[in-house]
Amino acid sequence: MSEPLFYNDEFLRGILAGVRSIAMVGASPKWNRPSYFAMKYLQEKGYRVIPVNPRAAGQDILGETCCATLAEVPDPIDMVDIFRASDAAGETVDEAIALKDSKRIGVIWMQLGVRDDAAAARAEAAGLTVIMDRCPKIEYGRLHNELSWGGFNTGIITSRRRRTRIA
Amino acid sequence: MTKDRKERFGFETRMIHAGTQPEPITGARQTPIYQNTSYVFHDTDHAASLFNLQTFGFIYSRLTNPTVAALEERIASLEGGRGATACASGHAAQILTLFPLMEPGDDFIASNRLYGGSITQFGKTFKKFDWRCSFVDVDEPENLRKALTPKTKAIFVESLANPGGVISDLEALSAVAREAGIPLIVDNTMATPYLCPAFLWGADLIVHSTTKFLSGNGTSTGGCVVDSGTFDWAGSEKFPSLAAPEPAYHGLRFAESFGDMAYTTHAHAVGLRDLGATMAPMNAFQTLLGIETLSLRMERHCANALAVARFLESHELVEWVSYAGLESSAYHDLAKKYLPKGAGSVFTFGVKGGFEMGIKVVEACELFSHLANIGDARSLILHPASTTHRQLSEDQRSAAGAGPDVIRLSIGLETLDDITRDLDRALKQATK
Ligand SMILES: Cc1ncc(COP(=O)(O)O)c(C=O)c1O
Repeated sequence: MSEPLFYNDEFLRGILAGVRSIAMVGASPKWNRPSYFAMKYLQEKGYRVIPVNPRAAGQDILGETCCATLAEVPDPIDMVDIFRASDAAGETVDEAIALKDSKRIGVIWMQLGVRDDAAAARAEAAGLTVIMDRCPKIEYGRLHNELSWGGFNTGIITSRRRRTRIA
Repeated sequence: MTKDRKERFGFETRMIHAGTQPEPITGARQTPIYQNTSYVFHDTDHAASLFNLQTFGFIYSRLTNPTVAALEERIASLEGGRGATACASGHAAQILTLFPLMEPGDDFIASNRLYGGSITQFGKTFKKFDWRCSFVDVDEPENLRKALTPKTKAIFVESLANPGGVISDLEALSAVAREAGIPLIVDNTMATPYLCPAFLWGADLIVHSTTKFLSGNGTSTGGCVVDSGTFDWAGSEKFPSLAAPEPAYHGLRFAESFGDMAYTTHAHAVGLRDLGATMAPMNAFQTLLGIETLSLRMERHCANALAVARFLESHELVEWVSYAGLESSAYHDLAKKYLPKGAGSVFTFGVKGGFEMGIKVVEACELFSHLANIGDARSLILHPASTTHRQLSEDQRSAAGAGPDVIRLSIGLETLDDITRDLDRALKQATK
């Protein structure tokens, strides 16, 4: 097994604060699938999430029309979130590299359990930022203190008072 | 510079800060006691997301509560685990830890030297769930291999056993668990994460009675289950509650949906939801306060205990002392390996004169409190054979280190001379 990956909190915060639109490759229209959980959560946090999945192409998922391929996404994509098995991730990474200028792609994020070090190296060489084996929903929740609510070890220690709007 | 180590802060810092940032609305620095049962939804869609486990947040305090969650994160951090689930007592934690692993008809293997209450719970009460427990002498890992069956779902031991000064060889036991594809569950109550980092030695799950050293002042019963986050629940067919579709959540698979958070999510969303043994927010607050001084207390507990053990070992009215911190202990080498900062503060000794003398010594103490607890700031004394271990058979009692002449001490934080003087006086008075 390869060594576990470590990403520091500032780096992850920077990515989550910088991206607005996310193409979710492998998004499912079924409400009890992990990708659906993540999509719904990220939408609630203000991200635009565009589902990509050839088997659900044309279907409405959480108010967005599912695209068959990354190339078919009509709008710019800040981040590609890959919900596919590790051995299929490389293919999506190469598509993203090919589309990076036309779609203005800056970040490739592979989900928890998804990792392809060779594909990551290709993407980084093409100037993309890569995260692997993490879930953006979990990382967002962790960095914004929501993961603590479930009794999880966030690793975050601070005595600064968080600025929060009373919503 | 994107890669970073996992724990950025030391143990003592995490004791005080983990899980407890300033409350953002008011700025309150100490953790508020959310003495509250339920939480307002923004709208029905928010409620649906919460009930479907699609978003993070509070629904009802039987499942999660902000003060309790702060304690959970703190204990998870100190143990170096992924997440934790607090509950009403150490015994509740033991049910909760096995609940996601066991189906009716399954079995697990436990040390025959567990705390007497645990032996009763595992051997008698769990039969009503059709959970079976084989008790073995875990000093010989071969005994565990012989007890394994296709339905064995876990191995359960205490890192430092109550009361006998017995230490489990965690590394050897975790090797057996790994071969069998089942988790090693370690009760780390007596050692605490300060003395024994059980996950580093191969534990997969850790349970605590927080009633003891973590709360530290004898104020609050409580328990906690900590998950390392490293066991692969979906790697075999053994753990359907975590790996197979869960009907009560419309076919969601916990291991798939929550990854390394699956166990702790299940422990709240199914375990606490349906077993209901929730920790009260006030108890969580008291336990958080206790943990703030854990390392200091454990250092003094251990220093006092070692000095008292040495004092008793040379006492003319004492037959033997079983404390793993003493060179005379059969577990001294294991203590140096697993508990290098100290062998805890609970141990036993035998008085000359057996059962009758044991009772007299306990009753002659002035400073020691005669009660059934351990891990208090106060020094405590007990005669297990006539109290905590009286439900057990004679064989079980002697296996558990609770024979007729045995006296159990939990050494507190008082002035050392006062502790030894009280014992000396009680021993002498009892022989009169
Ligand atoms: C090692 C150990 N485990 C578990 C327990 C049970 O904990 P509780 O009394 O909080 O239910 C105890 C209590 O004495 C204990 O000493």
